[in-house]
Amino acid sequence: MTELSKSGAAVGEPTAASPASTAFLEVRDLKVHFPTDDGLVKSVDGLSFKLEKGKTLGIVGESGSGKSVTSLGIMGLHTAGQYGKRKARISGEIWLNGTELLSADPDHVRKLRGRDMAMIFQDPLSALHPYYTIGQQIVEAYRIHHSVDKKTARKRAIEMLDRVGIPQPDKRVDNYPHEFSGGMRQRAMIAMSLVNNPELLIADEPTTALDVTVQAQILDLIRDLQKEFGSAVIIITHDLGVVAELADDILVMYGGRCVERGPADKVFYEPRHPYTWGLLGSMPRLDREQQDRLIPVKGSPPSLINVPSGCAFNPRCPYADVPKDNVTRTVRPELTEVGSQHWAACHMTQEQRERIWTEEIAPKL
Amino acid sequence: MTTQRTSGRRKQVLAAAAVVAGLLTTAACGGGNDSGGGSKNGAAGFDAANNKVAQASAVKKGGTLKFGGAQDADSWDTTRGYYGFMWNFARYYSRQLVTTKAEPGKAGAELTPDLASGLAKVSDGGKTYTYTLRDGITWEDGKPITSKDVKYGIERVWAQDVLSGGPTYLKDVLDPDGKYQGPYKDKAADHLGLKAIDTPDDKTIVFHLPKANSDFEEMLALVSASPVRQDKDTKSKYTLHPFSSGPYKFESYNPGKDLTLVRNTNWKQASDPIRKAYPDKITVKFFSNANDLDQRLINGDIDLDINQTGMSPQGRTEALKQHKANLDNPVSGYIRYAVFPQSVKPFDNEHCRKAVIYGADHVSLQTARGGPVAGGDIGTNMLPPSVPGAEGQKYDPYELAGANKNGNVAKAKEELKACGQPNGFSTTIAVRNNKPVEVATAQSLQASLKKIGINAQIDQYDGSQTTGIIGSPANVKKKGYGIIIMGWGPDFPTVQGFGLPLWDSKYILQSGNNNYALIKDKTIDGLFDDYVNATDASKKPGIATEINHKVMEGGYYLPFVFEKFINWRSSNLANVYTTDGYSGMYDFVNLGLKNSK
Amino acid sequence: MLAYLIRRLFAAAVMLVVIIMVVFGIFFLVPKWAGVDVALSFVGKQADPAAVAGVREKLGLGDPIYLQVWEFFKGIFAGRTYSAGGDVTHCAAPCFGYSFKSEQAVWPVLTDRFPVTLGLALGAAVLWLIFGVAAGVLSALKRGSLWDRSAMVVALAGVSLPIYFTGMLSLAIFAFGLKWLNAQYVPLDQSFTGWFGGMILPWITLAFLYAAMYARITRATMLEVLGEDYIRTARAKGLREQTVIGKHAMRSTMTPILTMLGMDLGALIGGAILTESTFNLPGLGRAVLDAIRNQDLPIILGVTLITSLAVLLANLVVDILYAVIDPRVRLA
Repeated sequence: MTELSKSGAAVGEPTAASPASTAFLEVRDLKVHFPTDDGLVKSVDGLSFKLEKGKTLGIVGESGSGKSVTSLGIMGLHTAGQYGKRKARISGEIWLNGTELLSADPDHVRKLRGRDMAMIFQDPLSALHPYYTIGQQIVEAYRIHHSVDKKTARKRAIEMLDRVGIPQPDKRVDNYPHEFSGGMRQRAMIAMSLVNNPELLIADEPTTALDVTVQAQILDLIRDLQKEFGSAVIIITHDLGVVAELADDILVMYGGRCVERGPADKVFYEPRHPYTWGLLGSMPRLDREQQDRLIPVKGSPPSLINVPSGCAFNPRCPYADVPKDNVTRTVRPELTEVGSQHWAACHMTQEQRERIWTEEIAPKL
Repeated sequence: MTTQRTSGRRKQVLAAAAVVAGLLTTAACGGGNDSGGGSKNGAAGFDAANNKVAQASAVKKGGTLKFGGAQDADSWDTTRGYYGFMWNFARYYSRQLVTTKAEPGKAGAELTPDLASGLAKVSDGGKTYTYTLRDGITWEDGKPITSKDVKYGIERVWAQDVLSGGPTYLKDVLDPDGKYQGPYKDKAADHLGLKAIDTPDDKTIVFHLPKANSDFEEMLALVSASPVRQDKDTKSKYTLHPFSSGPYKFESYNPGKDLTLVRNTNWKQASDPIRKAYPDKITVKFFSNANDLDQRLINGDIDLDINQTGMSPQGRTEALKQHKANLDNPVSGYIRYAVFPQSVKPFDNEHCRKAVIYGADHVSLQTARGGPVAGGDIGTNMLPPSVPGAEGQKYDPYELAGANKNGNVAKAKEELKACGQPNGFSTTIAVRNNKPVEVATAQSLQASLKKIGINAQIDQYDGSQTTGIIGSPANVKKKGYGIIIMGWGPDFPTVQGFGLPLWDSKYILQSGNNNYALIKDKTIDGLFDDYVNATDASKKPGIATEINHKVMEGGYYLPFVFEKFINWRSSNLANVYTTDGYSGMYDFVNLGLKNSK
Repeated sequence: MLAYLIRRLFAAAVMLVVIIMVVFGIFFLVPKWAGVDVALSFVGKQADPAAVAGVREKLGLGDPIYLQVWEFFKGIFAGRTYSAGGDVTHCAAPCFGYSFKSEQAVWPVLTDRFPVTLGLALGAAVLWLIFGVAAGVLSALKRGSLWDRSAMVVALAGVSLPIYFTGMLSLAIFAFGLKWLNAQYVPLDQSFTGWFGGMILPWITLAFLYAAMYARITRATMLEVLGEDYIRTARAKGLREQTVIGKHAMRSTMTPILTMLGMDLGALIGGAILTESTFNLPGLGRAVLDAIRNQDLPIILGVTLITSLAVLLANLVVDILYAVIDPRVRLA
């Protein structure tokens, strides 16, 4: 072991050659690895993307594809509070507003958290502290970054609750999380995230724990708020349907890596990766009969310790044998541009993919 | 995994225990090594106070004499106390017509006048006892002690319904038919209605016995014969502050916690030929942890153990190693034994009883009791060595300390054959569950009986309920207790004070029985009658010897040991000696301090 | 909250009555069934029939059980008078019985002994809370480290070693060996420093046992809490780590610890028997130990009741604290 990093978290030094990013958020070759007894878990293994203010990025993938780990990595929540010997090893670069976060002073990153970047979690019941009132928790979030008295902060909390559509916010502010319904809790969670007008909002499966009817309300709320505040939003989900109307760009993750990335329209209407096809096939559609639908992706997600060689998707890919020379099983495909701002990582040729999409997949969707 | 973890933990504990053992020894070394024959720190030497006076000349007046104890008295009320140490201690605050001499060893069992100006003038064939009181005897408020106070104090023994717990010899001898109802139900204006006692004037007291009893004066020496003043009698609460007739009086008493006596300034040295009253103050502190008590004795925080029942095994071992000069090893007066109830078959047959006596391994029983020093010499008969007429190990009819000391299997089998049980039999040993040493002797007995084919089960019964469980012959028979492990000490040092309730057929009771063997032997009953009626005191020891022989010949008892104790005496104690008057305890009343600061 | 409180109080009151009946049953009925005559334990080796009858009369042992229970209850509120053979003993309210073995009313014994035990329990609790919780939190935060492992080994020792062992060891070293402390109980109203000096060893010995348990439970709970989503939320807000641990995580960790503390204090007040007997502290535990040895039923009964009462009260306090800490409980 030649680990020199004193904190124990292998913080990736930005290479000398790497120039500062000019994008609002840019992730370059992000790797998040967890050492375990069974081996090194490569949760995120070389992810890069950019996001501008006012835009929404949807990160889509199955559970275990590395999407949540990515978001926590951006928030710096892997280095904070790692008690015990085994710490996540993170490398790559994360640029936010011209600052590289991985090499920055952890306390500086802490100050950015909640103020410049905020996060909404999947299960608002467990993500809110059961012993504190909604108001106390929002007030706390506000007062970390604003030196105001409790009264002002409380006013702000009520204002935010009002803004996210909670009725009688001046009364509900004193309620405990368990006294809220699921949808209301998520609204409160959103109110808490937005209390400091963050420029980057990461929503990690914000609707998964909610009823279908409430899901739409919450997504509408996020969209409205984004317009109002002009923040950049990352929505992380396993459900393409969630990001269909919301996202400007979509990034599909598989086995810790990006397999397809591009503008939402392109990814939805001209997807160029068999895994994306599978995800599209598993979207519930009310206008189609059940039996007509494409069977969703078979098999289970890959092991992140022994990632299949070649294309990580090959054991589950119905088209693995389309490229010649068994290349899918030996060579890892790189992201290649398949259209304007549209990238995909697949060994099949552009033509093969277009043909399969238009002839075999699209009609069934 | 689980087993491994457990054994690992056990190892840790064992290792820790070893460390502690080491530390304890190291800590003990701080006291210095002063074994045998006097020492620098002033300890008088091993057994220096056993039946002789140690540090007599070093005594100084004043100071605080500090007692410690693991057990409070059953009662400090002179009528109600029965614990031996309470009788010993009660001499600090109570006086009797006569008492035992303040002298070491055998002489300490002899009587001497106390409140009375002389020993009794006995007349009427041993049925009338007359005493004249001394001058200058006073209560703690300065008023004189009168013969009526003595009579009232003795009358309280009759009030058993209120003042239970103490010995009832006086009641049994003076009023065997129980005609008197006790002072609290006494219709007479002065509550002095007991006919058996006359008080013609304030200085004279006359006892009229319906039947002579040669030990009557011994009974008058018991603290239950102490005077009590009627206006100070708080009945059941008298234990909290007995009104003093002695050199010290109660200053404070918290039951189970502590007791403090201070000088009774109204007591006059000139009126008291026995008590020297050296210390200014006497304190007693009660401990719940015997080891803690022993440590404080060794440390010098405390001068002596008020209970006088010997040190606990841990403290004893340490003291014997490091501080032998502070120890005495007296005979306690107690005999530890097994007794065979004749109601439980086949113990109705004396040969079966003798089979057990021969079959037992007496050395092993002695070891179970604590060995020759802490346990005592092998008991060979049933009369404690301190009782006149006793012969000690010289009388050994079954050769328990001699040829048969490790058990005689052949002889035992012979007896079994004679009993008609050649292949042995099954029986039950009853033992108190709160006396580990007794349980150990039961196990030892069980093991040696197995060798002769007697299969004995051990039944550990609730020791706090002894009177109710083995004191009921019906229960003993029902449970099939063929062997009962017990111990007994004399109430006063005569054969009557020791053996009457154990061996006389009149004392077989349906509840509270002590004649566990259910001995109904006309010869023994007759010998007790002879003893009680003996007008010539010099004949008494001979009768005692004979009674002991008869009991032993019947094979009712298997004696284990003539018990001995290891008692601690602080280096600061002066004028300290053991006395047969209190069964080998130190005589409390005349203890003094070398350094009175 | 008020409804919750009333409900709890009512349950506690019912429980107390049940406990009194059960305890009474155990002490007065069981010997009867077992055929043991309680009165015999009050008389000496010469069991004079008059003495046995007198004890029976005085204790009301001949009365039917319901009458005995009633007399006992009445005594608590109105006091009680025992009389037999012309001897009258008054036991003032609240009369929790009268010990004829030591000739004192039970209540003053309890009130005399209670402060000793309370001082022992509270002092030890302060120590074990400080050290146990701190050690547990540190262990959790440094999980797997040398500190964690050694702390947990010490904790294991603390839990496994019996109190009379650690007690005698500390006495042997500090009181008899090094002579740093005299380790004798001095009442608080006599001398504060004397009391404090005498209590140090008992406190430490008792606290050692409990601190070990608390360290283990704190560590386990803290590790569990640190894995909670709301802790991640707290960090996502930008809170300092100290605040995350000290405020958000501690508040949740304290819940099971408070429950334990309530139970343990309740039980300790009932009788830190081993500690009190090892260090010779005249508290309730020693009172009951002596009482058992002397077959002093009224004292045993009284201490048992006080113990039950203490456990019950501790339960009540824990329930209320629970509601204060965890708002979800108030609805339940």
